[in-house]
Amino acid sequence: MSDGSGQQIDLHFVVNGQAVTVRCHPMARLLDVLREELHLTGTKEGCGEGECGACAVVMDGELVNSCLVPAAQAAGVQLRTVEGLAAGGRLAPLQEAFLHCNGAQCGICTPGMLMAAFCLLQHNPHPSEEAVRVALAGNLCRCTGYAKIVAAVARAAQEGGDAL
Amino acid sequence: MPLVGTPVPRLEAPDKVTGAACYVDDFALPGMIYGVTVRSPGPRGRIRRIRLGDGIPWEEITVVTARDIPGDNVVALINDDQPCLAAEVYNHAEEAVVLLAHRDRALLERARRQVHLDVEPLPPVLTIDDALAAREVIWGTDNIIKSYLVEQGDVEAALREADLVVQGEYETGAQEHLYIEPNGMVAVATPEDGVTVWGSLQCPYYVQKALMRLFRLPPERTRVVQLETGGGFGGKEDYPSMIAAHAALLSWKAGGVPVKIVYDRTEDMLATTKRHPSRTRHRTGLRRDGTLVALDIDFVIDGGAYSTLSQVVLSRGTIHAAGPYRCDNVRIRGRAVATNTPPRGAFRGFGAPQSLFALERHLDVVARAAGLPPEELRRRNFIRRGERLAVGQQVRDGVDLPALLERALQVSGWTERKNRFRQENQRGTIRRGLGLSCFLHGTGFTGSGESHLASTVALEGTAEGRVRVLTSSTEIGQGTNTIFSQIAADALGVGGEIIEVPRPDTAAVPDSGPTVASRTCTIVGKLIETAALSLRQQLLEEGLLPLPYTTGDFQAACAAYVRQRGALRATARYQPPPGIHWDEVRFRGDAYGAYSWAVYVAQVRVDLCTYQAQVEEFWTVQEVGRVVNPTLAAGQIEGGVAQAIGWALYEHVAWQEGRMANCRMTDYIIPTTMDIPPIHVWFEEAPYPYGAFGAKGLGELPMDGPAPAILNAIHDALGVSICRVPATPEVIYDALSREEALV
Amino acid sequence: MRFDVAAYKLRTPQSVQEALAWMAAEPGALRPLAGGTDLMVLLAAGKLPGGQFVNLWPLRELRTIEVTSDSVTLGALTTYSDVQAHPVLQQEFPMLVEAARQTGGWAIQNRGTLGGNIGNASPAADSPPALLCYDAELELRSAQGSRWLPYHGFHTGYRQTLLRPDEIIARLRLPRRRGQRLHCYRKVGPRQAQAISKVCFAGCADLEDGRLVSVRIALGGVAPTVVRCPETEHILAAATSPAALDEAAARASLSRQMAPIDDIRSTARYRRRVAENLLGQFVAVLRLHPGWATP
Ligand SMILES: Cc1cc2nc3c(=O)[nH]c(=O)nc-3n(C[C@H](O)[C@H](O)[C@H](O)COP(=O)(O)OP(=O)(O)OC[C@H]3O[C@@H](n4cnc5c(N)ncnc54)[C@H](O)[C@@H]3O)c2cc1C
Ligand code: FES
Ligand code: FES
Repeated sequence: MSDGSGQQIDLHFVVNGQAVTVRCHPMARLLDVLREELHLTGTKEGCGEGECGACAVVMDGELVNSCLVPAAQAAGVQLRTVEGLAAGGRLAPLQEAFLHCNGAQCGICTPGMLMAAFCLLQHNPHPSEEAVRVALAGNLCRCTGYAKIVAAVARAAQEGGDAL
Repeated sequence: MPLVGTPVPRLEAPDKVTGAACYVDDFALPGMIYGVTVRSPGPRGRIRRIRLGDGIPWEEITVVTARDIPGDNVVALINDDQPCLAAEVYNHAEEAVVLLAHRDRALLERARRQVHLDVEPLPPVLTIDDALAAREVIWGTDNIIKSYLVEQGDVEAALREADLVVQGEYETGAQEHLYIEPNGMVAVATPEDGVTVWGSLQCPYYVQKALMRLFRLPPERTRVVQLETGGGFGGKEDYPSMIAAHAALLSWKAGGVPVKIVYDRTEDMLATTKRHPSRTRHRTGLRRDGTLVALDIDFVIDGGAYSTLSQVVLSRGTIHAAGPYRCDNVRIRGRAVATNTPPRGAFRGFGAPQSLFALERHLDVVARAAGLPPEELRRRNFIRRGERLAVGQQVRDGVDLPALLERALQVSGWTERKNRFRQENQRGTIRRGLGLSCFLHGTGFTGSGESHLASTVALEGTAEGRVRVLTSSTEIGQGTNTIFSQIAADALGVGGEIIEVPRPDTAAVPDSGPTVASRTCTIVGKLIETAALSLRQQLLEEGLLPLPYTTGDFQAACAAYVRQRGALRATARYQPPPGIHWDEVRFRGDAYGAYSWAVYVAQVRVDLCTYQAQVEEFWTVQEVGRVVNPTLAAGQIEGGVAQAIGWALYEHVAWQEGRMANCRMTDYIIPTTMDIPPIHVWFEEAPYPYGAFGAKGLGELPMDGPAPAILNAIHDALGVSICRVPATPEVIYDALSREEALV
Repeated sequence: MRFDVAAYKLRTPQSVQEALAWMAAEPGALRPLAGGTDLMVLLAAGKLPGGQFVNLWPLRELRTIEVTSDSVTLGALTTYSDVQAHPVLQQEFPMLVEAARQTGGWAIQNRGTLGGNIGNASPAADSPPALLCYDAELELRSAQGSRWLPYHGFHTGYRQTLLRPDEIIARLRLPRRRGQRLHCYRKVGPRQAQAISKVCFAGCADLEDGRLVSVRIALGGVAPTVVRCPETEHILAAATSPAALDEAAARASLSRQMAPIDDIRSTARYRRRVAENLLGQFVAVLRLHPGWATP
């Protein structure tokens, strides 16, 4: 391998409201930092190529695929992962809506779906069905045919209001 | 309040929406190291030597080859022809040859690149035609893994006397399961304690059987535990045995250190199974009035390099090849051939989607030739109660196909839309069409399969007054946990909150068979119903349960029983429904205990500028016996239709020298939210007395009907017949330009 | 895991100047990394050579959109989401907005940058055909200073560009035009979202006093680089009335300017024909436009 000069860095950021410091390589994938260093294994790897969205998290208010973010670019950011949706032991309305509508089947796409939906509702609290479909188009699901996921997001939008 | 028939929310969903659910990639054991696989370079050859290259501290790395296998080098399943690690020869690209393990994954990757296989390539067999020509023989004496013949009446005579004979040839491609969670396993194995594996899988007892043979261990020292499984669709039916074996061999050699193997997406696509590609030829004889008088069907599937489940896939495909129609003269020849490609395995529908695609596509071609609307041709030939299917099985279900068809035509606005499209298609570059398909799907294992399996389930009452449902049926997203708890609760007459459905672990659950063949709810569910009734009976007989009773009474009775007499347990074992006979040798008889029936309609839009076909709306009408959980059931139908839309229009495996060239999600195209149309789901319920609370199978049904309905709609839109899936824009363009060249 | 993170050194500069100084000190040793949506894919696939990278993402000065009376200048870090949100781009450069809307999914649009799309130099990229039609210019910057080049001509061969090893793409400039302009952009991928193009077509035409004064056409996916099609542009621009638009000649010329290939994503035959059909749609747009002078 080339010069092998990759020095580790101390990375500081805030995840789900908690400030953390992680020692890691600057080119490490944020996905691996979350899963392996911070044991936040709710964020999933379905492809490692940006295609499936199972690794999606919200970084400084924007949806990103954590498999494509080098750790150094997460320095100083605010991150939200699926573990940070429920608060005080209570599920968020979006999560409740996924339960009610059967939006999760095998569940492996669910964390990414939830983060994309969460981010959408932050930007646009009352999206049309088309807007939901567009926002979730980068999140692949092989189980549901999407109908119940889209329905869950619509329900959360209706019921959640500002509680999201 | 009975739970069966109500939309009880999925039991394990809270863990899935909070990220707490533990999938194999999330599972770790102290001291765990990682394993990787070195694979064959081409489709077929001899392995001369394995060389370990320079610059790697090999003494630190656990290296396993076929020589390290303590027992037999096979992945035990049906024929036991597939090695766990290739030894002298390899028979497909990406076949496992060497395994490596180490704690440092970066080093492991460098090491993988430094394992050099000196090989002597041999000429490969790569297509169905090559296999049938048998110039190179790679399997048995003629490359034919298995063949079946269904015969009734005199086909040749009927064809001679028919008013019209229509021929056609239909092809389907391989399909990747593309569960979003790739395959993976963790193993701990030592000669002293035996083997334990944890992983993503559908069939714990298949994995156990394979490991027992590989390590020469008894069942009590071979333990298989399922973890949360991120989708299966058949893709985690047989391949997990392979990965479990690999992880266990590494752990065994490394002295019992836990070893984890999780494939990345590319490795999963390259190495694991696919849906069998197929080719079907039809010759159909009709009377002038559209009555079918002869069906001559030649059905061939490509099984890949080893036989895995091909013979079972073939038998289901062969039996379904004549569809839900009555015809006195039928001949179906089914063959599974071997090629030097990665073995094909189970995939939702299990051979039926392939043969039903051919039939339902062909019948539209036949209808045109006969000058009949496609729905009319079908209506005139539907099988009715009391009549016999091609295998001789008398239909006993309360099915009413003409009514299903009527409903489908009505809900889809068939006639009105057809007329509208006929008008609109005169202008512009968009063409629209409607297509339908009528089909059936047999519930449970084919033929005597269920009797051989003799599945067992157990229910256990606990000291806390709860009831545990013990089966080896896995939750893979389809809703096993929830449905089992609904069934158990209703059969016991209690609330769902006292029912537990623990995750399958071969050390703790009986063998209730594999989680396949749409059998979980109907067949295993029925066993749960039976066991529940017997558990309740035990409590009644002991006088512990008042009548009527509340859930609280029941809990108290359970607790009292356990206190007074020890374990409270009831089991049930599969018994075939009365009057069911299957003759495996003649391949005739009652192929399934019951069938589910359906009529699907697709509306398709084709853009003449890009030749892209898109499904705009989809209607499903099905009779599946009792629907245990309408929300979960609809989810199965929607998900199955989406997967079938993928197969029909998008999912093309690009083979190069027997290897999947488009082995990335970027290049293997499955539908997104923007590609799946509104899918309407209607259930008709005709309860089946031998299924749980009347349920029949429904998980695979939605895979069968969409592809032919969609291609029939393309035919309707363009007037051009496309006879293969996936009907990618390139395929549609080629078909249109052939047509242009003719005029 | 097909890669070893220790083989990569990702250095984060405080400013563009610092980044350029590092690149000047070791020419060719540092590769820019912006949103990572191309590079990180290569990393995971085990196809990214080890070495040094310079982390451009935090350099906010490269993520600006400046509008003056005669041009819009976009920093190289402008993301697809930034493009879609910008009112002037929506108004005047709809093909670029459309390209951005159809690039990847939302998460990709939040991270993928125009500079990265150009720097990655894929012949199937979606924004270049739009940029070519809008006569974009590029600012390439090094420690020595900056130079402006027309984007047309920047791609010199399959994944080859005029970028020197010590340079980065700093900005893109799009000249504004006040007159009447027709735009026709169409991406053809294997599905409706998150898809790599098989063929991508961009065409625009400027009308003055009811007459065509200029036509520009660019294609992606049909040659080793994205291409402008001057021959076809001339044929169409020569038309003085809708009836005079010579579609057959235009199609034939377009075909001569393509060199599509068969690959795992499509066939040469298909790409050629679809590109011609898309041209046909563009011609139809021109033909039906109400802005032609009545004779
Ligand atoms: C799932 C997925 C879907 C995608 N879909 C599309 C699509 O539909 N259409 C499409 O066109 N692309 C698509 N892409 C590719 C990619 O998103 C785009 O090319 C994007 O614009 C790259 O920008 P980036 O900042 O992420 O590039 P990076 O990955 O950071 O860099 C890409 C290349 O450009 C170089 N580079 C980056 N910035 C500069 C600069 N300022 N100066 C000089 N060189 C630079 C880098 O050295 C590297 O060689 C997709 C990618 C993924 C993962
Ligand atoms: S794992 Fe990141 S997008 Fe699939
Ligand atoms: S629920 Fe299984 S992939 Fe979406």
